[in-house]
Amino acid sequence: MYEDGQVRPPYARLEHWTRAMPAELRHLKQAEAEALFRRIGITFAVYGEGGDPDRLIPFDMFPRVFTQAEWLRLERGIKQRARALNAFLVDVYGRGEIVRAGRIPAHLVYRNAAYEKAVVGFVPPRGVYSHIVGVDLVRTGPDQFYVLEDNCRTPSGVSYMLENREIMMRMFPALFRENPILPVDRYPELLRRTLASVAPAKCDRDPTVAILTPGHYNSAYYEHSFLADMMGVELVEGQDLFVEGEFVWMRTTEGPRKVDVIYRRIDDAFLDPLCFRPDSALGVPGLMDVYRSGGVTIASAPGAGVADDKAIYTYVPEMVRFYLGEAPILENVPTWQCARADELKHVLENLHELVVKEVHGSGGYGMLVGPCSTKAQIAAFRAKIEANPGNYIAQPTLALSTCPTFVEEGIAPRHVDLRPYCLMGERVELVPGGLTRVALTEGSLVVNSSQGGGVKDTWVLAE
Amino acid sequence: MILTVTHRTLYRYDAPVRGVVQSHRLTPAAFEGQRPRDWRVTVTGGVTGGGFRDGAGDWVQGYTVQGPVSEIEVLVEGVIETADTAGVLRGHREAVAPPVYLRKTAATRADNALRALAEKAQTGTQDPLDQAHRLMAAVADAIDYRPGQTDAGTSAAEALARGAGVCQDHAHAMIACARSLGLPARYVSGYLMAGEDEGPHEAAHAWAEIWIEGLSAWVGFDAANRCCPNAQYIRLGSGFDARDAAPIRGTARGTGEERLDVTVAIAAVQQ
Repeated sequence: MYEDGQVRPPYARLEHWTRAMPAELRHLKQAEAEALFRRIGITFAVYGEGGDPDRLIPFDMFPRVFTQAEWLRLERGIKQRARALNAFLVDVYGRGEIVRAGRIPAHLVYRNAAYEKAVVGFVPPRGVYSHIVGVDLVRTGPDQFYVLEDNCRTPSGVSYMLENREIMMRMFPALFRENPILPVDRYPELLRRTLASVAPAKCDRDPTVAILTPGHYNSAYYEHSFLADMMGVELVEGQDLFVEGEFVWMRTTEGPRKVDVIYRRIDDAFLDPLCFRPDSALGVPGLMDVYRSGGVTIASAPGAGVADDKAIYTYVPEMVRFYLGEAPILENVPTWQCARADELKHVLENLHELVVKEVHGSGGYGMLVGPCSTKAQIAAFRAKIEANPGNYIAQPTLALSTCPTFVEEGIAPRHVDLRPYCLMGERVELVPGGLTRVALTEGSLVVNSSQGGGVKDTWVLAE
Repeated sequence: MILTVTHRTLYRYDAPVRGVVQSHRLTPAAFEGQRPRDWRVTVTGGVTGGGFRDGAGDWVQGYTVQGPVSEIEVLVEGVIETADTAGVLRGHREAVAPPVYLRKTAATRADNALRALAEKAQTGTQDPLDQAHRLMAAVADAIDYRPGQTDAGTSAAEALARGAGVCQDHAHAMIACARSLGLPARYVSGYLMAGEDEGPHEAAHAWAEIWIEGLSAWVGFDAANRCCPNAQYIRLGSGFDARDAAPIRGTARGTGEERLDVTVAIAAVQQ
């Protein structure tokens, strides 16, 4: 928000808005926002963080703002990354040129738990494995963004992006008249079009799209039903689908209806008990045979997870150069692989200033934030790393950007990150916005909702 | 050799089921060691589903049967020409990178005893092919061929602890040991034509393949018979373990208890 002690220009226009809002009005508005969130029922935890599914994630009314110029650069960088990740997936399930060229170690790909033998040799429609790429970004300077991680499977949280906007528009219509805020409400239609554009070869009519959910016990069920609603497609569970002949069918009141594209929100392991976990009751028996013979498209494609593994992450800039022949627009956070002896040594010597994460972990659990940890916590974590170095990576503690945030005393800077949702099908699309998560605790760098994080609306202003 | 195969699998449900979905790996691929001449799979009342050649080079074919149904027969009838290639799999088109087959599965996890067995077999030789042959002998010595001692869910470690098992157990133990030595290994399901006065025979057979980097090839090892697959073997498909390589994977919708009856007959055609 600040630059040389001054409020950055995109935020300046919000100054009079906050000045004109006394504390009583602010509390009233905050209560109104919470009531709205409760009423629509958006109470799930983001990013599969677990915890109480009925917990409300704190919503901060102060929006995060980008100029169009800032956004355009981000947009180019995110789309570039999404294209490179998909090229990588097609390659490693095909000839593996990037491995043969020695640009990525073979074991990181082929011995990766997310590498799926069952899809080797298969090129999904339009060569897309990951149709929704969620790229987690942090800002560390006026022109400096770092990618924290890529999410190629089923990134969640997009319903927050849409609902945060909806609620802001309802509560502060004047703000939207006074500021040229680019809309994000095209997202559901773009998602539907993206999914329809990857219908399989055997589909010879307007494709039927369905969202496959594990059910209402899942923490992201609200998002599944919200997206189905917004796109005007069916929300189904495994038991609503069955395989007959060469296709997948959905039970409807008018009889079976063929399904062409399944946007699945369940993990690979549960998709098809004949191919993966035999005890899965969430999937559809025989689904993979239909998929591989071109009778249905599964989005994201089974096996897409190998691209967003934290050990593979290090090589994404290399993918951009290798497949696209371009210089990476977005930078990776410098990352040390504890699996390498020399890098492990550096990590163990500098634990007090590093962030250490589990290679396969997520949700801010099982990580060490060196500068915020006690000596005892660091010592305990050191023992865990030494016991299994290959399971950890380390990154420097970044000076994350802050965004004005409403706190008890008024407005104060709090650290934020950003997850935009890039769509890939016939076209690569990105709506101008994303989900901004904010660390509500002063000084905290952890934005996960399970650890005291909240969410904000994210604005991109037209010039 | 020219071999004929008749493989009948009968599923009987004590209460009619609403439908059956199956995924078959019942059609042998063509390579130097075998060339199918005539091959047919029929499923009573079955609707042919999607079929495709997977990354491992096996033909996978889906079938569905609409219920209510209380009995289903899967019949494989074929004629195939085979040749002895000393167990080396040549001319087999596949795309899976060998290191993928270092993955551990529940059935093939190496415990201390399996690792010790592998270490012992490895001692005294650096040559992976030699190691694999010694491994085959070690597994055959450690696990007696005795049907009825193990079942489909028995792991390699359990079979070794018991000291008895069938071809599935020998293959799992071979795979667990090979992977613990860093050699990619996989499970192969197929058929074996019984000779006259040889060792134990199971017409529906299974063995292991180990990737030999020096040959750039997969080589088969049948610990149950202490030999490499020859012209008496027909290869159907491969996988990480028995479940992954199963010739028939299927499920029925309904509550009926399933009973299975399998008969396999392999014969050489007189020339």
